[in-house]
Order: sequence, then structure tokens, then C-alpha cells
Amino acid sequence: MDKISNWGLFPSILAKESSPRSVSELKNYLSTNPEFIPRGNGRCYGDSSLAKNICSTLKLNRFLAFNQEKGIIHCESGVLLSDILKVCVPKKFFLPVTPGTKFITLGGAIASNVHGKNHHKEGAFSQFVISFELLTNEGIVLECSREKNIQLFRGTIGGMGLTGVIVSASIQLKPIETSYIKQKAIKANGLDELMGLFDQYQNYTYSVAWIDCLKSGKNMGRSILMLGEHASQNEIEALPIKEPLSLHSEKQFKIPFAFPSFTLNHLTISIFNALYYGKQWKKEVNNYVHYNPYFYPLDILSNWNLIYGKKGFVQYQFAIPFENGKEGMKEILSRISESGTGSFLAVLKTFGSADSFSSPLSFPMKGYTLALDFKVNQKVFALLDELDLLVLKYGGKLYLAKDSRMSKEFFERTYSDDFKHSNQFNSLQSQRLGI
Amino acid sequence: MNNLLILGAGSDVGVACAHCFAENGFNLILASRNVEELQKEATDIQIRHGVNAQSVFFDALDYKSHSSFYQSLPMIPDAVISVFGVLGDQTLAEKDFEHARNIIDSNFTGNVSILGTIANEMEKLKKGTIICVSSVAGERGRKSNYFYGASKAALTAFLSGLRARMFESQVHVMTVIPGFIQTKMIEGIKTPAPLTAKPEDVAKAIFKGFKKKKNSIYVLPSWRFIMLIIKMIPEFIFKKLNL
Ligand SMILES: Cc1cc2nc3c(=O)[nH]c(=O)nc-3n(C[C@H](O)[C@H](O)[C@H](O)COP(=O)(O)OP(=O)(O)OC[C@H]3O[C@@H](n4cnc5c(N)ncnc54)[C@H](O)[C@@H]3O)c2cc1C
Ligand SMILES: NC(=O)c1ccc[n+]([C@@H]2O[C@H](COP(=O)([O-])OP(=O)(O)OC[C@H]3O[C@@H](n4cnc5c(N)ncnc54)[C@H](OP(=O)(O)O)[C@@H]3O)[C@@H](O)[C@H]2O)c1
Repeated sequence: MDKISNWGLFPSILAKESSPRSVSELKNYLSTNPEFIPRGNGRCYGDSSLAKNICSTLKLNRFLAFNQEKGIIHCESGVLLSDILKVCVPKKFFLPVTPGTKFITLGGAIASNVHGKNHHKEGAFSQFVISFELLTNEGIVLECSREKNIQLFRGTIGGMGLTGVIVSASIQLKPIETSYIKQKAIKANGLDELMGLFDQYQNYTYSVAWIDCLKSGKNMGRSILMLGEHASQNEIEALPIKEPLSLHSEKQFKIPFAFPSFTLNHLTISIFNALYYGKQWKKEVNNYVHYNPYFYPLDILSNWNLIYGKKGFVQYQFAIPFENGKEGMKEILSRISESGTGSFLAVLKTFGSADSFSSPLSFPMKGYTLALDFKVNQKVFALLDELDLLVLKYGGKLYLAKDSRMSKEFFERTYSDDFKHSNQFNSLQSQRLGI
Repeated sequence: MNNLLILGAGSDVGVACAHCFAENGFNLILASRNVEELQKEATDIQIRHGVNAQSVFFDALDYKSHSSFYQSLPMIPDAVISVFGVLGDQTLAEKDFEHARNIIDSNFTGNVSILGTIANEMEKLKKGTIICVSSVAGERGRKSNYFYGASKAALTAFLSGLRARMFESQVHVMTVIPGFIQTKMIEGIKTPAPLTAKPEDVAKAIFKGFKKKKNSIYVLPSWRFIMLIIKMIPEFIFKKLNL
């Protein structure tokens, strides 16, 4: 038994974690464990992959096939997205959808139906899943796709590990010419301006905004909108870039916690201010950046989650529809800045329509989505309950992969109950929410 | 490009070595008793590292097959890493000679047979490298695992003799003497964390030693000192210790 927690370090549980290395070991695990939850790389923030018995997929991490003509890759579910990048970028392919860290597994990407900065245009991970093999509670491995075992296919994408263990999956990659992103960053003085910019630039493939949560009043929503497109070979030819398909470096740094005054807010405030007030900064900046800092700015610090201290933190990510979305966002943001407890930065993205090929537990819905961190302390849960009421008022919901505290009632009012699963698969979260 | 043969390639250390050498451009032949499972590993390595990798059947205890096994390999290896071995059950071995013999044959006789065959071939070509994983357990017989220890002691002695013999033919022999390694061999046994290496550490150390043509390596340097001390304890004290 070990004490195990996910990225937010809250909650933690004494659990027995096993790591089968082959399908036969996995089947054996299933037949001897009447109740457990599959776990990938533990990059969800809360309790989605925690239970007394945990089946880690990290040792099921082999590439099974790579069709370089079609850009289709078939891997076991414990392969990390960072490993897929290492294989596919040199062959001019990229992940079709990627979250803000590359250290998640393929299985975790499917089970949370992850989204990236391109949801408004290209949809969630579900759009690119061709098929997968699922080990069900009956102990058989079923191939699931849009044609075969359709119900299970749908229920598993965004199904939070509750339908069984994804053993392997085939996904469609996206062709690229270079590993660089052509970036346009625009400053906005407030929320109205920012939302206008999101509208104006909705044709960009990638878009995300960093919002300063400390500003209130007229400057509430002071932010930087970052847009991006994959750079073409032609575009980077004139630049001093030696390898147009260079990979991310494996180097990571540890934050030295010997400096007690160091907090993530300090770090993000200084980065944000440097960007916002930096002399070279005009209203708009256009440049080329490598995919690694563009998509994964925090991956360079291997342990930034320790910054909030041992008690951990929760990430609050909600989505609300565009209808009255501006109003809703203003009301929620002002409540947050009033409280003075959230992280300095919040991340705002837009979602396109929810897709038809995912579970009722899948998160993305047409509208705005905002995410920010809160250090765990006595007061914070009351504040989040208050925010929940606002999210409810504006017809929104919370992302299960980030959640560790929403109430059963709130869940039931925001998600459909059209989801059944075997009792063999249960997490602390599914039990808390009565899923 | 260089070709590497791994004997007992399905072991955790074997898989780690396969990745480490493939990353450095080696083509691989993965030899083990479980061809099907290892073919998956071979495909994975091909996709990740863009080298050629194949899985072939090999049983260290089937001595008669060793010569034809080596002759029919899909490519001639420039280097060989032998990692197969069994820990066995000490108490069972004390009562059951067949079990004791299996420990000795799997760790020692099997290597004598296959590495002997390979050495003779490499000797003719006047080139090649033989790397074999022994163990610190072979440095002194302890009451908790002396069958395993004895087989590894014999292996270490065999390798040192082979090294001296092959020196003239420019064939290099490297002995790897690891302490604890976090693998399925010792799953469930509690070992002190600072003295326990990961299979990847062992693979890296082997690759580095291979490059530098080391004669023997200990993986974690602290083990060299620990074993020095253990070897220095006088026998009249040692026999009373619960090691
Ligand atoms: C810095 C950071 C940034 C992030 N940014 C984003 C983002 O932009 N967009 C986004 O969508 N998410 C984001 N996330 C969340 C993360 O992408 C998801 O939580 C993802 O599911 C984590 O995958 P994992 O492999 O770590 O799985 P875990 O966290 O271990 O598990 C997550 C869920 O997947 C299930 N699961 C895992 N493997 C399997 C399997 N083989 N079979 C069945 N079920 C399985 C688990 O049961 C659990 O319910 C971010 C996380 C971090 C830490
Ligand atoms: N783990 C440690 O703490 C430790 C410490 C010092 C030294 N070592 C040595 O390191 C080496 C690698 O061991 P490991 O820790 O990686 O353990 P492991 O995973 O248990 O590997 C041992 C391997 O040997 C193979 N094998 C056994 N008998 C065989 C035979 N007759 N023919 C072919 N293959 C055979 C097994 O194959 P199957 O899968 O087919 O059974 C298995 O893959 C061993 O020589 C071991 O003695 C280990």
C-alpha cells in the first residue's frame, strides 16, 4: 500500500497499485480484483484515477504499428503523448489534439476525451480515435470503433475509466511541415475586448488566452490572446532555424523549494508582466515558436505542482454556453478576484459543438471554458461551492478530469444520467458523484 | 550500423538494454523463450528508434541447440549481451537437488554453452564484444542465497578467464556485476532504495562500459565498496551473520 495522489496532490489515498506488462497479466489482474480503477500517468488533478485498487497502464507502453502514409498510429494505452511526438514529428505528423501537458497517456487522453486549443475548430480527442481495444468486466478484449461495439466506443471516450481498461488504440495524426508554430499574440485591456478578439480570430486553428485574475473593475480580464497555426516549410525557411522538425528536449528542471518565498503566482506574474509590459511589446506580436513552449510551457518544470504546498491544490475548470457567456464570465471572474484566493492566471478557451461520439461524462460543450488553480485551505471549498452556483446559473458544468470536490447534487444537475457501468470499475470520484 | 544480440531479452534488464542500444543505432536480435511477446517489443523498438529488430527463440538450457541457434541468426552480431538467469528458491534448493541444478544450469552452464559457442565464432572473426550479467551475490556465498550466489561466482570466474583468452583475438569480454535491480526477479522483496538500480540505469551503465571497453562494472558505485567490506569480514564472524 502506498499513498497515491494525482497532479493536484489532493486528495490522496492509501492504495495498492499494480502495473501489468502484458494483456495476459492485465486479464489476470481483472479476474483477481473485483473492484479497481485504471490509471494512466496521474495527470488528472483530482480523484478520477484513484481507488483502493489501482491498475496502472504505464507498463503497457508499446508502439504496435505506425502507418506513415496515412498517419495512423496504433499503441498500447500507456504510451505517453510525449513518446508519440518523438516518433511522429520527425515523420511530419503531430498530435491532432493535445492538452497543456504532453505527459499523459493515450488511454488517459481517450478516457477524459481531452481538448486542446483547437476545440472550436477541430473538436476533442474523440474526433481522431479510429478504434481501440477495451478489456471489459467480462474479461474479454473487445475491439470498439464507429462500426463495431458502437455503444462501448461511445461510452468509453470521456468515460473516465468506468467502462473497462483501454488496452490499445489507433489514432489519426495530423500532417505538419515543421515542428514550429506561427504565433500571433494580442493584448486585451478587458474582457469585452478579449471576447471580441476571440470572435474576430475564430478561424485560427489554435487559440487560448491568459487572463490576469487580480485585476478588477474596468481592467477586469486584462489578458493576452495567443493564436497559432502550424508553420509551413516556406514560412520558416528565411528564419535561423537549423532543424525544421526538431523535437522537444527531454530536459526538465526542478523548482528548488529551498526558497520559501517562491510561489507559482510569483512565477506567472513575472512571466505575464514581462509579456504584457515588456518594452518590445506592442499591441500585437507575431513570431515563430517551437511546439514545446507553445503547447507545453509548464512541462519544463517537473514539479510545479508542489508549489502550492503539501496540502495540494484544486483546479477549477468550468464551461458555460456562449449565450450570456460574457455576462457569466464577468460575474464569475469578479467573484474570483474579489476573493483574492485564486491563482493569478486563468486560462480561457472556446469550445465548438460537443461531439456525438463520446460518453455523457465527456466535458466539452459549445461555449467558453475557464481554468484556474486554488490552493487547498479551509476557505476555498466554500468559495468553490459559491462558484458552482454561478456555473449552474449560466447553464455550465465542471471538467471531471480536474475535479476533486464537486457535490453529487451539482453533478446530477449538470450532467446527464444516461450512463451505466459495471461495478468492477469505480473511482473515488465515481463514488462521490454516484456515477 | 552495428548488430546486437540479447540473450534472455525479455528480462527487464534485457528490454532496457534493447532500448538503450537501439537509441544509439544498433540493430537488434531479441532472443528468449517467449518469441510472441518479444516480437511486440521488437516492433515497438523499430517504431521508436527506426532500427531493425527481430525476435527469435532461445532456450539457455537446450545446450544442443546453441550452435545451430547461432548459425541461423538473421544477422551476425557485433556484440552480445547475456542477461538470462534465475534467482530460484534457496530453501527449496536445499532440499531438492533438481531445483539447485536448475539454478546452476540457468545461470552458469547455459552461459558456458552459448557464450562458448559465440566466443569461438568471434575468435575466428577477430572481433566482437561479449557482455554478461553476473551478480554481487557471486562475490561471497551467503546463507540466504548461496545456490544462486555460487552459480554467479562460477559465471564471474568463467568470464574473467574467457576475457583473458579472447584478449589476443581482439574480442572483448565485459562482466556486469549489479547489486539490486528493480525487476520482476525481486518483485515483492524489500530492498534499500539508494542501493537499488532501475533497469534503465543498468542499461546505461552497460552501454557506457561497452563504449569504454571496461572489463567489469558494478552499475552503482557504492556496491563496489559494500562488496569490498563484505569480502573483508573474517569467515568466523561472517558465518554468524544473518545475511
Ligand atoms: C499541466 C496540465 C495541463 C492539462 N491541460 C489539459 C488540457 O488542456 N485539456 C484537457 O482536456 N486536459 C488537460 N489536463 C488534464 C489531463 O489531460 C487529463 O486529466 C488526462 O486524462 C490525464 O491522463 P493520464 O494518462 O495522466 O491519466 P490519469 O490522470 O491517470 O487518469 C485520468 C482518467 O483516465 C482514466 N484512464 C487512464 N488510462 C486509462 C485506460 N487505459 N483505460 C481506461 N481508462 C483510463 C482514469 O481512470 C481516469 O478516469 C491537463 C493536466 C495537467 C497536469
Ligand atoms: N534483479 C536483481 O536484483 C538482480 C541483481 C543482480 C543481478 N541480476 C541479474 O540480472 C539479469 C537479469 O535479470 P532481471 O533482474 O532482469 O530478471 P528477470 O526479469 O527475471 O529476467 C530473467 C530472464 O531470464 C530468462 N531466462 C531464465 N531461464 C532461461 C532459459 N533457460 N532460457 C532463456 N531465458 C531464460 C527469463 O526468461 P522468461 O521470461 O522466458 O522466463 C527472464 O526473461 C539476471 O542474470 C540476474 O541474475 C539481477
